[in-house]
Amino acid sequence: MAHTIALAGNPNTGKSTLFNLLTGLKQHTGNWPGKTVLRAEGELKTEKHVYTVIDLPGTYSLYSNSADEEVARDYIIFEKPDITLVVVDATSLERNLNIALQVLEMTDRAILCVNLIDEARKKGIHIDKEPLSKQLGIPVILISAREKIGIIQLLKTIDQMTEGKIETQPFKIKYNQTVEKKIKQLEPQIKQIIGNALPARWVALRILDGDIKLLDSLKSYLQNPDFVAEKHQPAQGGCCHGA
Amino acid sequence: MAHEANQHMQQLDTLFKKYSAQEDDLRDHIVSSIYQSTQSITKDSVHRSGKKTTWLDENLDNILTSRLYGFPIMLMLLGVVIYLTIVGANYPGIAITKLFAIVEDWITTVFQWANAPHWLYGILVEGFYRGTSWVVSVMLPPMAIFFPMFALLENFGYLPRVAFNLDRIFKKSGAHGKQSLTMAMGFGCNAAAVMSSRIIESPRERMIAILTNNFVPCNGRWPLLILLAGLFMAAGFSGGMSTFVSASVVVGIVLFGIIMTVFVSWALSKTLLRGVPSHYTLELPPYRKPKIWNTIVRATLDKSWFVLKRAVIIAAPASVITWILANIFVGEQSVLQHFVGFLDPFAQMIGLDGFILMAFILGFPANEIVLPILLMGYLATGSMIEVDNLNDLKQIFLDHGWTWLTALNMMLFSLLHYPCGTTMLNIWKETKSAKWTFAAFAIPTTIAIVVTFIIAQVARGFGLV
Repeated sequence: MAHTIALAGNPNTGKSTLFNLLTGLKQHTGNWPGKTVLRAEGELKTEKHVYTVIDLPGTYSLYSNSADEEVARDYIIFEKPDITLVVVDATSLERNLNIALQVLEMTDRAILCVNLIDEARKKGIHIDKEPLSKQLGIPVILISAREKIGIIQLLKTIDQMTEGKIETQPFKIKYNQTVEKKIKQLEPQIKQIIGNALPARWVALRILDGDIKLLDSLKSYLQNPDFVAEKHQPAQGGCCHGA
Repeated sequence: MAHEANQHMQQLDTLFKKYSAQEDDLRDHIVSSIYQSTQSITKDSVHRSGKKTTWLDENLDNILTSRLYGFPIMLMLLGVVIYLTIVGANYPGIAITKLFAIVEDWITTVFQWANAPHWLYGILVEGFYRGTSWVVSVMLPPMAIFFPMFALLENFGYLPRVAFNLDRIFKKSGAHGKQSLTMAMGFGCNAAAVMSSRIIESPRERMIAILTNNFVPCNGRWPLLILLAGLFMAAGFSGGMSTFVSASVVVGIVLFGIIMTVFVSWALSKTLLRGVPSHYTLELPPYRKPKIWNTIVRATLDKSWFVLKRAVIIAAPASVITWILANIFVGEQSVLQHFVGFLDPFAQMIGLDGFILMAFILGFPANEIVLPILLMGYLATGSMIEVDNLNDLKQIFLDHGWTWLTALNMMLFSLLHYPCGTTMLNIWKETKSAKWTFAAFAIPTTIAIVVTFIIAQVARGFGLV
């Protein structure tokens, strides 16, 4: 079976452009937030491995605010892609890292793709990838999907992560004492109920946050761990995405 | 196993009840913790050397989204794009139709040489070949010019500015500001725009966006609008002035569609879908220099090909069926004539004719095929002429009693009528409600009929036609 790679990130950061580049497909791209609302799938072959790449809808957060945020969130949590590429805009890195940190609460197999690096350079923004990678605890690659910069490095890193050659120590957001205490209380109980398959700390936070939609998803998951695959079919033929 | 799952679900509920939402400000705390973290992370890794933003970046938004100039610039740009499309579409159109006419002569020779029966020649050449060649030559040139220009504006980042300009109006109408984004997407494809309404959080406002998306013309309808405006809306003007008038009419039609969108949104939010608009901030993406060549090629090849493929795939069988219907006689008249005759009285009331209404009905699967079906209908009922340029096309319409009113009402009906089959399907998938899917069909159709009826009656009442 092919390994899976999910592309996550804010709208309009060039996820679809990277997706097209990796898969050789021609999903419609545009300077336009909200271009991808359904997820699209394509195949990527590197020298060593075959991957299925999934282009998730671009969202500002991964809480259940809207239908597209749910699609992206449920995919990462329940379908557990082998690698999640978080695509961020180099020209507004700080704001874009928001979603990266949210992804890191959900999975430790993530790579940060700092896209539009050519544009950032033009604007006089310099990004130091070593300290960034150290802080986040995951590999950081500077790329430009439009100009095809940094892609070989990205493919190498993807292969290495697949082969288990990369150790990650994802950045954990620290909350205040009251919240951390409650998380500590909740975590073991959650593990008891849903097992180790889902990130307990993250689920604890969502419960504290009162996320009812996630509660529903969790229940469906308990009844049938494969449910998400049926609930969110990828975009296929009939849809008008290419128009 | 099932028992265990149920037990787990109950435990989960208990946990949820016990822990969730005890502090109202928890989400705020989570969000501010994330912001603090990102700030400390980027402190060491992002350096800004000097301020290298250009004058354009700094000031362009002040101009393009200004209260004073925003709208005029928007209409002007649309006008320019359509003007260039009308001017440019004439020449390749003539070349392509000539080419098709030459090939038709060859095919005819082959059929005569092979002594093919008349009905076979009729179905294959007069029905299928002529039908498809019309689709290609009538629709390809405007698409090949319009789509790349539109895509360049899109990739440059202008469309979100359009949305920004409209945002205020949508909020005032009681809808969600993000509806301006889904509406702008509808200019490409309504079916895709209906799906993109997922970016709107509130179900009420999302429903409004879905129900009103159809009032902006999609790729399948642009060619019809541009073509009819070019042929009929500038009689009495000549040269560049005539193109200018035609382009203005198309801009007016689009503006009318936007006004209708806002009006219906307002009406819905005061009646069926009452509520207060939610707050949000619309983010403007940076301007990016589009990869010009890439965009042009992609837009021309992919988009035009996509629309054309849809048109030909559906129009090809439709042309065969139309030819057969036009050649099977019941009594004095063909089946086609019976059908058209049945529709005609009603169609005349709203300023159209039976053929046009038939084209809209048979064109339900895709708006792209309305015009081809109409032409096939006209061509199948005699008045066969050598067609090798756009004036001949106009002649076909004139022979069937068209006036500027017919053209205007057909454009308006196309703008306002029910969504295409694909869009309806998506509306059903997104709403999962028969009631709302029906509303998405009934609301625009009623408006289309009322508007065209009023215009037809007024124009006739004042003796304008």
